[in-house]
This record gives sequence, structure tokens and C-alpha cells, in this order.
Amino acid sequence: MTLQQDRTGQEVDRTDLVSLTIDGVQVSVPKDTLVIRAAEQVGIQVPRFCDHPLLAPVGACRQCLVDVPDAGNGRGFPKPQASCTLPVAEGMVVNTQATSEVADKAQQGVMEFLLINHPLDCPVCDKGGECPLQNQAMSNGRGESRFAASGGVKRTYPKPINISAQVLLDRERCVLCARCTRFSEQIAGDPFIALIERGALQQVGIYEKEPFESYFSGNTIQICPVGALTSAEYRFRSRPFDLVSTPAVAEHDACGSAIRVDHRRGKVMRRLAGNDPEVNEEWITDKDRFAFHYARQADRLTYPQVRDTDGSLRPASWPEAFAVAARGLAEAGAVGVLPGGRLTAEDAYAYSVFARVALGTNDVDFRARPLSAEEADFLASEVVLTGPWAGAVTYADLEAARTVVLLGLEPEDEAGAIFLRLRKASGRGTRVLSVAPFSSRGLRKMAGVLVPAAPGTEAEVIASLAERSEHGLDTDTVLLVGERLATSPGALTAAAALARRTGARLAWVPRRAGDRGAVEAGCLPTLLPGGRPVADAGARVDAATTWGVDSLPEAPGRDADQIVAALVSGELGGVVVGGVDPDDTADPAATRAALRAARFVVALELRETDVTREADVVLPVAPVSDKAGTFITWEGRPRPFDPVFTHPGSLPDLRVLAGIAEELAALGRGRPLGFRTVDDVRARMAELGGWDGERPAPSADPAPTSLAPTGHRDGQASAGTDGMVLATWKQMLDRGSMQDGDDALRATARMPVARVTAATYDVVGPTVTLTGDRGSVTLPAEITDDLVDGVVWVPANSFGDGVLAGLASPGSRVSVKGAGA
Amino acid sequence: MTETSARTTDTLTPVLTAGWADERSWTLDAYARRGGYEALDKAFAMGPDAVIGAVKDSGLRGRGGAGFPTGMKWSFIPQDNPNPKYLVVNADESEPGTCKDIPLMMASPHTLVEGVILSSFAIRAHTAFIYIRGEVLHVIRRVQAAVAEAYAAGHLGRDIHGSGYDLDVVVHAGAGAYICGEETALLEGLEGRRGQPRLRPPFPAVAGLYASPTVINNVESISSVPSIIAHGAEWFSSMGTEKSKGFGIFSLSGHVQRPGQYEAPLGITLRELIDLAGGIRQKSDGQRHELKFWTPGGSSTPLLTAEHLDVPLDFEGVGAAGSMLGTRALQIFDETVCVVRAVLRWTEFYKHESCGKCTPCREGTWWLVQTLARLEKGQGSEADLDLLLDQCDNILGRSFCALGDGATSPISSSIKYFREEYLAHLTHGGCPFDPAASTAWSDRTVGATA
Repeated sequence: MTLQQDRTGQEVDRTDLVSLTIDGVQVSVPKDTLVIRAAEQVGIQVPRFCDHPLLAPVGACRQCLVDVPDAGNGRGFPKPQASCTLPVAEGMVVNTQATSEVADKAQQGVMEFLLINHPLDCPVCDKGGECPLQNQAMSNGRGESRFAASGGVKRTYPKPINISAQVLLDRERCVLCARCTRFSEQIAGDPFIALIERGALQQVGIYEKEPFESYFSGNTIQICPVGALTSAEYRFRSRPFDLVSTPAVAEHDACGSAIRVDHRRGKVMRRLAGNDPEVNEEWITDKDRFAFHYARQADRLTYPQVRDTDGSLRPASWPEAFAVAARGLAEAGAVGVLPGGRLTAEDAYAYSVFARVALGTNDVDFRARPLSAEEADFLASEVVLTGPWAGAVTYADLEAARTVVLLGLEPEDEAGAIFLRLRKASGRGTRVLSVAPFSSRGLRKMAGVLVPAAPGTEAEVIASLAERSEHGLDTDTVLLVGERLATSPGALTAAAALARRTGARLAWVPRRAGDRGAVEAGCLPTLLPGGRPVADAGARVDAATTWGVDSLPEAPGRDADQIVAALVSGELGGVVVGGVDPDDTADPAATRAALRAARFVVALELRETDVTREADVVLPVAPVSDKAGTFITWEGRPRPFDPVFTHPGSLPDLRVLAGIAEELAALGRGRPLGFRTVDDVRARMAELGGWDGERPAPSADPAPTSLAPTGHRDGQASAGTDGMVLATWKQMLDRGSMQDGDDALRATARMPVARVTAATYDVVGPTVTLTGDRGSVTLPAEITDDLVDGVVWVPANSFGDGVLAGLASPGSRVSVKGAGA
Repeated sequence: MTETSARTTDTLTPVLTAGWADERSWTLDAYARRGGYEALDKAFAMGPDAVIGAVKDSGLRGRGGAGFPTGMKWSFIPQDNPNPKYLVVNADESEPGTCKDIPLMMASPHTLVEGVILSSFAIRAHTAFIYIRGEVLHVIRRVQAAVAEAYAAGHLGRDIHGSGYDLDVVVHAGAGAYICGEETALLEGLEGRRGQPRLRPPFPAVAGLYASPTVINNVESISSVPSIIAHGAEWFSSMGTEKSKGFGIFSLSGHVQRPGQYEAPLGITLRELIDLAGGIRQKSDGQRHELKFWTPGGSSTPLLTAEHLDVPLDFEGVGAAGSMLGTRALQIFDETVCVVRAVLRWTEFYKHESCGKCTPCREGTWWLVQTLARLEKGQGSEADLDLLLDQCDNILGRSFCALGDGATSPISSSIKYFREEYLAHLTHGGCPFDPAASTAWSDRTVGATA
């Protein structure tokens, strides 16, 4: 541990240091440091169970007792003190178990007590081998049990019991340190577990009326200092000493959380939170922890396939597949590229170069979701090329900000690490505002304030924020913009204008791990890698020189929606598709039609999907565990990682694209990409660097409200005769294909409901049928007190084929009727 | 009980207990006839600081067991704290043997209510809570009735006696946990959570109930305040000993002829109290049993024996004898009682009441019971006595709060004085005592009637 750093990263003022003596060693630490952590600084490990640096001290387990012969005032404590609750004092003298018989005996005594009711089932316990109780019983306990020798009878319980579908509790193993209950209350804000009963019968219990429904429940398992909490997913799967651990970065959102992948014989057995104080601290979401089985589902693609003459897909060798793909693309005419938002920055760069150099087009767009041209402009002018090195907003800034405004972003669902950091900040005085249609559970847990806005009215509401002095937006404010704002005309422009007007800082928080990297890599029709505007001749020359081509296409390309339209109309003949699910796109039916209409489809995928079924060439690509790469967080922070496994047959997208490009070049179309490995790409990216020319100018003013198709006013949806305005976003745990394979995880997802106002509920009753232009769905209705009138909310991908495919476009109108009617 | 406790002799100083034998002593009328609530106007005229000063000068020390100077506790309340101040009365009397607050609240609840008003006025609290042990429903009802009477008579509520001082009193029933007698656990309970002690600091005087400055006092401490205001600090401090001023209720229970509450100056001896209580109980043949051991202040205070009969029962005297004055709950045991059996019963109580928060108390009491139970049955060996003492050593001063400490007191003190008796269980192959001999019906033949 290093000296604590303040929020600007500078060392704490030396005058705040307190000097004390621990086991005869003098140490200076910042004031208010706890003795147990001061001891760590001089290399003394005091045994502990309840203590956790990110939880408030509780002093319950009493394992960390030390002798304090001088409290700093010349007087000692008559009794051993819990070092986890005792702050340091100038001149304090502390003797730990290393130098004090009193402390050593006290610790041995507590350890003996802890073990009397602990079962000796270490040989079958998941924690065995990495268990703080086991380890500290060896270091600070006695070898033989006096309890057993004196005929003691242990307390026993039936085991295990379910805390949730995923989290299991063996009560007899529990040492009642309350780490899990404190985490749930203090960190996640989901206090559905609590200690109940008393004495030795005290135990972790659930509240019968509220399930332990938390997106962060897995952290309780990781911080449990014994094997009391286990996951259904990992229980009895392996022993820690059989596992190999590899640090990695979570691929499920744009947070870049550090994780540790534990694997055995080429198979991921579990994932744990890494410890990165600058990013995710020691916490990760349950999705980051448990959702890794997707990579070994039965539909995983393991070899290339090409469309045979009879119309079926048949296995092919890599060289044949490359050749067939290249020939098909060359013959298809103009080709568009849809890389998807799950790529590493290196793979995204490969798509970007592939489009420009091999296909000679700017028709490339990573956005596999509803989008707008306004968003592309926003990304080019406000987002690309920002990062912590250049003063962009970081996690630490969220904690330091006086006010954080969420604009079309639901962090608990979309960016778990941001949610936890904001919740921590809100407990220390940061105010959270949210421009959204209602106060979500996440917002309430952050004690946040709702600024109500119906979908489509965000531009006006955001513009009005500057006027509303009660919100006090200023340079101490951070605006977090969610990707959902792209669907609300004028909203992104309004957000950028608000930032300029108030001096607030702005950051864009996409949902997917690869989104930000794809922006930097130029997977946009208007941007080349490094934030180079396609429209800028100098920028084009820059890139062309690096890539060894004479020129690059000058005209800005088609965005994803336009690529789809052009495929349907025949203007584009071929398409190269990465990890895109048609049901995620703005118009799933149109995307499917485009795939059918395309003369030639090349799919790079992990698993069989609706895209691969339509494809003429299917090229399997490596999951993140099989390749090195870099995710760029929402902050713009690069998060590089190494491969967990080395599977020679598992190729990253960039290698596959390089293969196709080489075959295309052989056909006289374009040039080889000039790289085949991740290292090659990294070198090329470094060589090219960022654009140092002029950034595209931001749009001057928020778009006029006439852009809003439904003509809302003051954040209210007008009471149209044609139904209610549909608000939606994806919940963290839903039907997403990357959560496939862990039923216990999926069972902890929130029940899909349709959120309605009390007035609507009175009319439609407990079950509602929503009907939009793409289908209808029947869901339980739930009253949401502050939902904007005229709005109905449903989760975007928690039922059927999801909202986009099966109901309507977000922000459009749906009819809401009682299901019985 | 009232019959004996109302008895007046030269050594007794009935103040709190003075009216217990009156007709319907618990009513406002009965209390008013004795001058009840007259201290209020006096206090309002003095002002809050003078009330604190008087209580400080009186030398009143907390009657809940720890003996912390009451006036000093009040002066710790930071008056510049913008939060409201609270007075909380600890009426969660649950210590085995302790029976002073409950009879006081039954017989003279208005003494407590008047004390609450005076004390709240002194610390500038406008809300006071009386946290009463949940099991004693009759007492809860009686205090509730007294509070209602006091409201009706204008002793509580807005602008009390025209002084401009407002006070509301809430009578709160506990849910049945010994730990809630620990003041921070009591605050948790009062706030609606499970009763478990809080980490200190912050101390309740700074951040207690609802994170606001809070004074927590025992029933008897608060009930002593009206007499101090009425008769003056000097009157109070003229009683008792040098460092333990005033009077207190001594609750005699067990093997004496007339168990009950005896209110006397601190510093009285058990010998005097047993005399007042008619001596150790008599056998059917008129002979007296002999005192074997006793607790000075409930089961959490180390046992004393007949050699301590002349120990002055004040904080210093009992401390010097190796025990604690505690709550002056004098449980008297004669020679018919098996000390191992008595200690086991107490230990079972602590095991049952341990809140579970900290390891030494939670697990330690679990184990102590098992070790003692085996010893009582004559199982185990002499080494188990050392094991017991070592377990006690690992609990005492290692627990989160004093509950664990209290659990060790009867064990370590009984082994100190009665080691041979423990060993006798081993040599005898079980308890050498006739358990019926210690009962109240020991001189009668009891059997099943066909």
C-alpha cells in the first residue's frame, strides 16, 4: 500500500502525518489511519476477518487484538484493543502478536473460539486453500482443538441454503464477520441480507418479502473470509490450488473493471474482481463475475464455413475461407462493414483499416443499436481523443464532483462500476441528478434527484438545466451522457452546449466494452483512427501515409442504418459483419432484410447467430479469453490485457480481416493491411497516433425542438390519442447472449415489468398489453410514482426478442391496455 | 415486597421507596400528596446549568452499575451541536438478581417521570425516551399511565408550568434482549434495529440516538434527581461515603428471611442488610442456614463470600474486595446451594443473551456452558478448571462490550473461592448437593399425589 493520495493524485500534506511505533518500528501514516493498516505499512500482518479496507470498521470478530501500552498520551489501554477500529495517535506504541504475549494470546484465544463452531469440512469446502480462516488458524492458532478434546458439541445447520438463485450459504461455516451484510448495505445498497437471531445462533438471513436481488451479490462471496458464501456457479467445481490465475479486463460494459480469471486445463472455472483503486476498486458486477459461459456454448463456432452450392454451410479451411470471402466481396460490388461494439481496440482498428484500405470505403459503423448522425458528430467533437491523460473525467472525478448529472444513463444497469462509485460519492456529499423518465431503484440508492424527461424531450430538459439555479451546475459538475441520448434528437447537442455554458465536464458512457475503442479506432463513417475527420484532407493524408496507400475515400460513409438501407436497395452488394445481433439494431426487420438482400455476407462471429445463418462465409473469431487486446473505458482509459489461453485455432478478428485483405489484394482489390498480430496492430496504432489537427466543430446550438417528432413540452409527453411514449433501456441481467450458460445468474435478473403511472394502473390493472408497430407484449404492471405522465417503461431485452424487434422503437408510441380487456 | 421495603429503621434512608406503601402509591394524587412535581418550579427558576451543577455537586453516580458521575455525563452534551438533544432512560432491567427499577416504576412511576423532566430540562432536551424491558408489560402500562397523567396535569407537553419549557416523553417497550441494557444496543433498539452494541467513538453524548447528543441514565439515577433538587446537593452528599454519595436501593434476594428492596446510604454492609432482612433463612427446626456466597451487584459481578460481610457496599469498597458494586442486587446463597450449579445457570443465561456480534462472547459462552455442564455431571478432569479459567481469560477484556466480561465473573470468582467444590463433583461423580435442599419448599415433603 502506498501513501494515500488525494483526488488530484498528489501526496498528502506531510503535516497530516502521525508517527507511531509498531513492534518497535517507527512509522508515519496519515491521520485517521487505523492501526491495522499502519501495521501493514511496516510489513506486519495482523490477522483479521471482519476488517475490510472498503467497508466501515465494525470491530466484531476481535481477531486483530493488539496490545497498546501507550495510546499516545503516556497511558496504555488496560485491555487489548481491536486494531481495525483504533485510529493512530502521535506517539502511540503498539505491540502486535509479533512482540506481545498479551496480543498473541488474545488472538489465539479468539481464533480458538472461532473454530469451536466451525465445521472441519475444509477438504470439501470451496474456500479450502485460499481461506483466511484456514491460513490464520495456521499462523495464529493452536494445532489441536481443546474444544474437541473437552467433548464439545458443535452447532450444526442443514447446508447449504439459498440466499439467492446464485448465492448459497453454509451457516455453520460462517464466522459472522458481517462483511457480506455490510457490503450489501454500504456498497451495493441492496440490504436484503441481514444478521438475524443472536448468540451462536446468529446467522445471515434474508428478508422473506424481498429476494436478495442484487447486481453485485457475487462480491459478498469473494469477500467472505470463510467458505460460508459460495456460488451455485462455482460450488464444488475446483480447488484453488488447481487453478491458474490470469488478470484480465471485464468485457461486459464500458467500465473496464479489473478481473482475475481462474482457469484449469484450458477452461475458465471462475472470475473474481481484481483490485484496481482507480477503476473498479475491489468490486465487479455479477455479470462480470459469472457471465463467461457464453464462450463455451454448444453453438460456438470452431471452424470456418462457406456456403456450398446446395445453399448449406460447409466446413472449410482457413485459406479457402479467406479466398472465398475475398472473391465474394470483390464480386459483390460496394461493401459495408458493421463491426459491432464488442471489439477490442486492436480489432476495431483492423475493421477500420479493412474498410478503408481493403474495401476502399468509409461505410463502417460500430454502432449496433439505434443511432443518429448527431451522435457521430458528438463523438467526433466531444469524445474521441479524450482520456485521463488529457484531463478527461475519471472515476476519481466522479467521487470528487459536487454534482453529477446523468443524462439518459442508468448506471446500475449499464455501467455497474460507475454506479458503485457514484453511490459511494453520494454518501460523501456528491449530489446526483438524473434526466430520465422516472426515479430508478439505482437513482434512489444514490439519493439522487430526478429531473423528469419523457423520451424525446431530453434536449429541452437538458437545455433548461442551466437556467435552473437550484441545480447549481458549475465547473464542479460532471455530466455523464448515456448512449441512449442518441435516440433523442438534439439531446447530445444540448448536453455539449450545457457543458460549455456551465463549465461542467462531460463524459460519454456507452454500454459496450468495445464502443469507446471503436470510436478511437475510427469505426465510424466520419472518423478515421485517432480522431481524424474523414472530411479533413490532412487527416486522410496522415492515415494514407501510414497505411501505405495513395489516397483514402473522401466522402463520409454510410452509418449503420444507411448501410442497412443501401443493402436493401442494392446500392451496397456486400457486408462484413462482426458481433452484431440484428435485434439490437434500430430496425431489426430491416437489418434482417438487408442480410437477406445482400449479395454477399461475411460474418465474423463467436457463436452461431441469425447473421451467421445468413452468411456466405462464416469465420469463427476468438473470445476475449483467447486473445490479447485493449478495452478503452468510458473515461478513455486504455485497459490492455493478455490472453488467458493460447489456442492456435482461435484467431482474433484482426487476423481474420488481415487474411481476407491479403486475398483481396491478390485479386487486385485494395492492399494487405500490413499486420497479422495484436502486437503489429499496437505498433501501427502507436505509429499513427492521435490527430493533432483541428477537431470538428461542435454544433452551435441545441437542435431546435421542432426536431422532436412528437412535440413534447416541459419534459411531459403529450397525452396523445395514439398511446403512450415508450421508454426503455436494457437491464444489466437480461436475455443478452453473453449471459447464456449460467442459469443461476439469469435467475437473479429482475422480473420484467411495465412501469406505469398510478393513474394508468388504475385504468389498465395489474397486467398490461403493450402494442406497438412491431408487435405486442403482455407484462405485469408496476406503479412507478414519479414516472412522467404519458410514458410507459419496459426493459429493452428481458422478454421475447426484445423491444426493438417485438414492440416498437424507443420514443415511439405504443398502446397500453389492460390484458384482461 | 413493599411491606418489607417500607420498613423504617435508623440505618435506612427511604427516599425513592418512601411512598411505596402509600394507598395507590403509583397515582399522581398519591405522589402529589408527598410533594411530587414541586421540584419542577424550583428547577425552572434555577435554570439548566444550575440543575447540572446541583447534580454534579451532589456526587450522584450512575445507579445502573458503572457508577459514572451523572452530572459529569450531562455536562458532556455539546450544547453547540445543532441537532436535538435526547434523554434516554435505561429501564431495561434484566440482570439476574437485579430488581430495583421495576419495583420503583411499579410503586412510584411519577418519581421517574419527574426526574425525566428535571434531567431533560438540564440537558436542554425536548424529547425523552423511557426504554422499558419488554417482558414487564405491567410496568410498561404503569409508566405509560403515569406519563399520561403527567401530560394531563401539565407536567409534560408544551410550556410546562408556564416556564416555556417543552418536553415530550415516549415510553418504549423493548423486545426482550438482555443486551439492550447496554446503552448503545439500547439506542439501536430504540431506532428500530436489532439490539447490538455500537462502536465507540462516537460516544452517545456526541452522536447517540439518531446521531444526536444523547444522555442515557438508569431509572434509579434519574429518579434520584427530584430529591436532589428538592432538598439540595448537600443533603444528598451528606449521605453515603466519601466517593460514593447518597443512597441507593439494595435488593436482597435468595436465602434471607425477608427478601426485598432496602434503601440505604451507600457504604452499608451486607451484615447490616441481612439483619434488616431478618437474617439468613431459618431451617424448620429454627436453626439458621449459613451464608455461603453472594453477589454484590447481580450475576455479572464476581461472587463474594461470608468473609466479605463487612465490606462497605460502595463503589470503592466492593472494588477493593475484588468485585463491583454493580446494581446492588444482593443475591444471598446459603450452604445448601451448589456453586457449580448456580454458576452454570447464570452462564446459560449469558449464552442465551449473548447478542452474537463479537466472537469471544458468542462462542465463548457457548463453550463455557458445555464445560460447566460436564463438570456439574462429574465429567472431565481438574484440568478443565484451568481450561475454564483460560476461556474466561480469553473472553474478559476481549469482547466488544461488557456482556462477555460479566459472563466470566461468576466462573472465575467461584473457582477462586470454591475450587474444592468443583473438584468434589469430579470425585463424587456428579453433584454432591441435594438440589431440593436449596429450594423454598426444602422443609416440606413434596411428591406426586396419586
